[in-house]
Amino acid sequence: MLWLVLFFLIPLVTMLSLSIQTCNSFTFACKLTWHFAEFPNVISQYAQTYVRSFVYAGIATIGALLVAFPVTYWIAFRAKRKNFFLLMLLVPFFVSFVIRTTAWYTLLADNGAILTALKNAHIVPESFHVLATPLAVISGLAYNYLPFTALPLYVALERIDRRVLEASGDLYSTRRATFARVVLPLSVPGIFAAFLLTFVPAAGDYVNAQILGGTNTVMIGSVIQKKFLEAGDYPGASALSTVFLVLMLLGIALYAKFLGSRTIEEYV
Amino acid sequence: MTDQQPIDPALWRGLTQSRTSRRRFLQAAGAGAGALSLSSILAACGTSGVTNSAAENGVGTPTWWSQQPETKTLNYANWPYYIDTSHGKHPSIEQFTQQTGIQVDYTEPINDNTSFFTKIRPTLQDGKYVGYDVIVLTNSDPPLSQMINAGWAVPLDPSRMTNFKQYASPLVTDPSWDPGNKYTMAWQSGYTCIGYNTKYITEDITSIQSLFDPKYQGKIGMMGISTELGSAGLLAIGVDPAASTPDDWSKAADKLNAQKPLVRSYYDQDYIKALKNEDIWISMVWSGDVFQAATYQGYDTLKIVIPDEGSMFWTDNQLIPVGVENPVAAMTFMDYVYDPQVQALIEDYNAYVCPVPAAKDIIAKDLKDPTVANSPTVFPDAAMVSRSKPYYQFQTADQLDQWNNTFEPIYTG
Repeated sequence: MLWLVLFFLIPLVTMLSLSIQTCNSFTFACKLTWHFAEFPNVISQYAQTYVRSFVYAGIATIGALLVAFPVTYWIAFRAKRKNFFLLMLLVPFFVSFVIRTTAWYTLLADNGAILTALKNAHIVPESFHVLATPLAVISGLAYNYLPFTALPLYVALERIDRRVLEASGDLYSTRRATFARVVLPLSVPGIFAAFLLTFVPAAGDYVNAQILGGTNTVMIGSVIQKKFLEAGDYPGASALSTVFLVLMLLGIALYAKFLGSRTIEEYV
Repeated sequence: MTDQQPIDPALWRGLTQSRTSRRRFLQAAGAGAGALSLSSILAACGTSGVTNSAAENGVGTPTWWSQQPETKTLNYANWPYYIDTSHGKHPSIEQFTQQTGIQVDYTEPINDNTSFFTKIRPTLQDGKYVGYDVIVLTNSDPPLSQMINAGWAVPLDPSRMTNFKQYASPLVTDPSWDPGNKYTMAWQSGYTCIGYNTKYITEDITSIQSLFDPKYQGKIGMMGISTELGSAGLLAIGVDPAASTPDDWSKAADKLNAQKPLVRSYYDQDYIKALKNEDIWISMVWSGDVFQAATYQGYDTLKIVIPDEGSMFWTDNQLIPVGVENPVAAMTFMDYVYDPQVQALIEDYNAYVCPVPAAKDIIAKDLKDPTVANSPTVFPDAAMVSRSKPYYQFQTADQLDQWNNTFEPIYTG
């Protein structure tokens, strides 16, 4: 309880309070003025950025699921040394987030190793580039949050009772039908948790868009970060964060309603 | 350029402080009495702004200076790649320690004026030591004048500025942002100008309009820093930034918005990496970065230009924040770098605009580095000085907010 008050309630109330304060950017005096105008301001100014953040995060999450599912399925059902392969999957993520993203930046540079080779082989045109495009940012998100997708999936798949699969086989089900009608439905809670755990941080991410992105790929996390740290506009940044939080909660509520609240209780 | 209006610190404090602290007291009392309505909880989060100014505590007066002991340590906060470095050591600092016995902890925590200031501000408000005896802030961004106006910069001791008085360049003495050098001594100056790669761009770049040239679509870099981006936009529409009006600002913003499809990205410090990687061919740059890259790091196709429209000229300033623990050591070091021999060492490394003209001969003869000594962007000649543009000086919070609201959405939208 105390923990919740200290690390959740107080920061939250501070943020809500800041978003309706007026700060003097010369003296830094902030006064509670119940000034709600910041909300329509940020919504009209950054509506496009919000939409973009959710779209990017959504595509990145689906991408990460498509990559993570076969891998974790293979580890859970087929691999002999599960722990070893699981470790192999996670080892790259022991390196700092920013360093990994910067590494992609170097690899994918216009004159970097990969694109130079493709251009020399005339597979892509001379003016082709990956950085500063939505593709770069979305791929970066999918890559960076992959462990958050893979681990819940693995846990769900690993938990499936093998006897159920045998029973399915005994009832003359093909492998494909077993997968579609037994494995997949039983892994839904894992997919649900994976989606949530990947989507939420990806939507608020401020590193990938900054490093891999360009002029039209700015995500809301970068805007909030810049407003807080570089412009020192606390009310604006707090209003942006509040709107983001509300949108996210609404989204999650709808999502949970759609997939059933019992699964949330079980897996989140 | 208009001068900062000096505001009496006592008046400043009266305007900003007493009411809010009384308010806070009442709020605390109310909360203590158990009146925990949502409103009072929310209101208690208000902050009172400027407190503990130097004048309020009598800091920086001649009497105060005469009482300060000569300590043997110094904590110095600067920007990265800004001091002579050889095998991980700084020769100029080692020499200082030998001469004075003062141990210097030289760190490079400053990457951006506003975010650094945001970090130390709560400590300044409490009147405590921020951990540094000297910090370096740029005149182009608001934090420098905010520090001075708030009284968080300790007035310097004029009797410990002998080298400065003898050797400092007219470019950095009695500057408009700090008349009479009451609070600051420059570290280095520099230009925000155009850098380009001659490997891809064969024409001679002479105008800032080249940054708006559709020929270079997707290969143009701009800075995602509101003062820099805004000033570049103003220069591009032919307006002197220091004398600009809010009308000019919105015209400049229109110009910059129209340029947006041509721009690869809005960069902070990382533009230099994109330029070196050849992801961009032409960019807004800080003069010293490109000079260092072209001269010492083998990127010899990179070139800097001060365009015909002029270039923004900024100065990074050393100052002593309130709560300082080693003020005498701080003064000693700040003045020490104005010794031409010492400055030559530092300048030959960072290649920004040198605040000590006498260092030129030493770099040319003793250090045998004519590239730096003869560079007009290190030791500007009269023609160069005439093309140096000062930044707009924000007089009120409203102006600052309006500027930011005009230019920020361009790179955050």
